[in-house]
Amino acid sequence: MSAMLPSELDRPALARGRSAADADFKSASAAIRRAEFGDRLRTLALAAPLLLLLALSFGIPIVLLLSRAVYDPTIADALPQTSQALGEWNGQGLPADAAFTALAADLRDNQAKGTAYELAKALNARLPGARSQVLKTVRQLEGAGGKPPLEIMKSVPFWSAPGTWPAIANGTHALTSFYLLSALDLRWNADGGIERVPPEQAIFLQVFLRTFFVAAAVTLATLLLGFPLAYLISSVPKGLAAILIVAVLLPFWTSILVRTAAWTVLLQKFGLVNDLLLWLGFATERLDLMYSRIGLIIAMTHIQLPFTLLPIYSVMRTIAPSQMKAAYSLGARPFTAFRRVYLPQVFPGVMAGCLLTFILCLGYYITPALIGGASDQLISNFIANYVNVELNWEMAAALSFILLVFTLALFGIFARILGLDRLKMV
Amino acid sequence: MLLSPYPTTGERIRITLLWLLCGMVILFLLVPILIPVPLSFNSGAFFIFPLEGLSTRWYEVVLGTQRWQSAIGNSLIVAFGTTVIATVLGTLTAIALSNEKFPGRRIVMPLLLSPLIVPVVITAVGSYLFYARVGLASTYAGIILAHTALASPFVVVTVGASLTGFDRNLMRAAAISGAKPLTSFFRVMLPLILPGVLSGAAFAFVTSFDEVVVVQFLASAGQRTMPLEMFIGLREKLSPAITAAATLMMALSIVLLVVANLLARRGQGRRAATG
Repeated sequence: MSAMLPSELDRPALARGRSAADADFKSASAAIRRAEFGDRLRTLALAAPLLLLLALSFGIPIVLLLSRAVYDPTIADALPQTSQALGEWNGQGLPADAAFTALAADLRDNQAKGTAYELAKALNARLPGARSQVLKTVRQLEGAGGKPPLEIMKSVPFWSAPGTWPAIANGTHALTSFYLLSALDLRWNADGGIERVPPEQAIFLQVFLRTFFVAAAVTLATLLLGFPLAYLISSVPKGLAAILIVAVLLPFWTSILVRTAAWTVLLQKFGLVNDLLLWLGFATERLDLMYSRIGLIIAMTHIQLPFTLLPIYSVMRTIAPSQMKAAYSLGARPFTAFRRVYLPQVFPGVMAGCLLTFILCLGYYITPALIGGASDQLISNFIANYVNVELNWEMAAALSFILLVFTLALFGIFARILGLDRLKMV
Repeated sequence: MLLSPYPTTGERIRITLLWLLCGMVILFLLVPILIPVPLSFNSGAFFIFPLEGLSTRWYEVVLGTQRWQSAIGNSLIVAFGTTVIATVLGTLTAIALSNEKFPGRRIVMPLLLSPLIVPVVITAVGSYLFYARVGLASTYAGIILAHTALASPFVVVTVGASLTGFDRNLMRAAAISGAKPLTSFFRVMLPLILPGVLSGAAFAFVTSFDEVVVVQFLASAGQRTMPLEMFIGLREKLSPAITAAATLMMALSIVLLVVANLLARRGQGRRAATG
């Protein structure tokens, strides 16, 4: 008997061999893990340059901008003594005289450092009318000629007016909700609650509502025009469909600016649209379409139509015509078949197209700037205006913050319900 | 397909109405973008049909005056810079993302696409605020950086699509045959995904060349690009030179995007062929 039976094996030696194999296996799997870890690092290293560049050129700028909406140290930095003196104030009535003296000292320091105007501007954002009062008081303090600062401060009625000191005290907190509330036409009242600003100061709610209205109108118009065309393209023979789809893609590939430029030409008083309206008898005289809400909506509808149409078309393309025929042969009337068989299947495409157009409309800037009138400016135009004209970064940041929240929330809904793949066009 | 084999009168009427409506929608889509073309060849200074006569005088203004020439030059500098950076980095990222071992792919993809979602004014204002602090405002580098953020998503998506058809065993075969990683990238992978890369590059170029909002915030007077010059012109005084500039820009983006889409389709056709 040369073959060894298992029972005749040297068991301790076998056990030793097994543990050696175990050790080999362990070291091998460790090596594989190491190699895989190296692989992961290598793939990460490949993506790292772009991710870093995006963080620098896009991520940090946006975070920095949004932080300006809630963090504004200008007043706190400019009024260190006042902040300290206000520490003991309970917020009711007027603070102690020490606060007036501290404010006078801070104002003089700012004048000496050349930052008085900056302070005046920052205070004015929270306290309308403060700019001129600060500058006036600074001048009086300078030319006081021995008059005690407290007396000067008390002689300017503004500094003892109700509302002045709560606003200053609020301003000395660098972390602030003031701008975000202002962007929604809200403010803190004297009792520490949140209230609406008086109607004559309210601006932004109206602008947000206008932006939503224009976005909704454009979305509806693109759906009404885009759905039938998408249906037609998806049901004609391939060659004809290719020609029709070019009619959609040509404007899609032309930049928003160029199309806006084309519409400024078309919407002129003696432009083609007015010619057409007169010729068709829809108007008896030439209309002012430039700088009007209706002109803006027409131009935006033209620009957004492909964005709504293409996702609808890409779903319609996948629905077999035999399904409708089956519905007919089972006795469904055309409308019933359309409603019960066709519509439920194209609904995701309709949702994708409409949501995409609505989201993009919320951020429109160029077209309202060039075609809209003063009362047709959307939220993006206000953001740009606060940066370019008013030089009020905090307000621009707060409006950006709210616009971004709306945009990302809608986009989150889009990604959640429909998936990111639906973003691809054609 | 539209008509059933034995159409009723009602069906015929519905189909006719559908064609009529769609005909008008197509006119609505095409007429506005075609209108600037004949107007740009008008010899008169007004936007009124009928044209006074044919001339190329407005093209001479756009291509011959210093203001527009420097704008075209600036646009080309910025667009080429953006295209090179976005294409190289975007291709590397797409390759990394196509590897199933890439950690956190589901987080990275939405982050990469976010420049397309964030309203462009916010991007522009944010860049202006940050770039001014680090000395990048009013520089070509600053504009190119900001444009790269807007353009690179297109490269990642198009190259990513062409990589789904790429068989990774080819890279293993190359490695076994003794090729170094760089050699196998340039000799095996790149030739196969080249249509996708070129298509992404064309998308990146057009994105940068057409962009006006970021430029408006970041550019100084010396860096005005062609779209910015158009935007300013539209705000100040409507001149037919703008229709000539619009026609040129439209022709460029349509040509480039037709090429980009044909290339992308070719890349996907190869995928279908290789299964």
